[in-house]
Amino acid sequence: MILNQFLILAAILFVMGVYGLLVRRNAVMVLLSVELMLAAVNINLVAMEAFWQTAQALGQILAVFIITVAAAEVGIGLAIILLIFRNRRSANVDELDLMRW
Amino acid sequence: MGFEDWIAEPLNWVFLVVGLATVISGFRVVTSPNVVHAALFLVAALAGTAALFLLLAAEFLAWVLVLVYIGAVIVLFLFGIMITRAPTGRDEFHIDHRRRLPALLVSAGLFALLMWGLITQWGDATIDRITAGTPTTVLGEGLLGRFVFPFEVVGFVLLAALVGGITIARRDLSPAEERERESK
Repeated sequence: MILNQFLILAAILFVMGVYGLLVRRNAVMVLLSVELMLAAVNINLVAMEAFWQTAQALGQILAVFIITVAAAEVGIGLAIILLIFRNRRSANVDELDLMRW
Repeated sequence: MGFEDWIAEPLNWVFLVVGLATVISGFRVVTSPNVVHAALFLVAALAGTAALFLLLAAEFLAWVLVLVYIGAVIVLFLFGIMITRAPTGRDEFHIDHRRRLPALLVSAGLFALLMWGLITQWGDATIDRITAGTPTTVLGEGLLGRFVFPFEVVGFVLLAALVGGITIARRDLSPAEERERESK
């Protein structure tokens, strides 16, 4: 296995996440795209760990932290979307221009 | 290393199949008009990611991914979809067509940049044959030894997210409802 096959796959996933982030309008779908990007980052970390093979598995530990923070992010993000939906009757990110001028 | 040498390695077949499945599901996540389908395709993409972790001998992380993401995060997403869109059918306004071309340009440009960087930097660097999986002992000792402070901080972040999530999403009762509840 070469290192680049994993890194390029992760790059493809990350770029698709960016595309979804820019193109989707439903706020829940935007969060889904962010999850895709985070998964790509985790693939990168684990592939690098397999490449360097550090004694303490540093890459995998960092990936554990990313998974944890991503879980917290989803919880808060969905709570915010829920609140916005309750107040505005819409989860469309284009309609959330309240704080824009 | 030519393609024929590469494909001769059995692990690379597995990589090819799993990687293709992951990319296709990831593509459907961002393009599917049905939001529930998009969430379920994310399950497939994350399962593919877990399989890649297994290929890279990160067993513990693979199962953490299955438990935390496929088990918990996707359920949260499905709840979010259920609550924010009562009729879970096709979403007519799911994609902004005016924004599709610029978004495509941005992602293609980013992809070209990443590819250029990866190929010039890593080229044909090979991952040494992995003989054994990562022992969970190593991860545990790392998390509770050298990384104990970040570990505690992350635990605090999770607690804050839990409390914050409940506080934000809780529906405050109107004064009339509150009086009604007190009189009961």
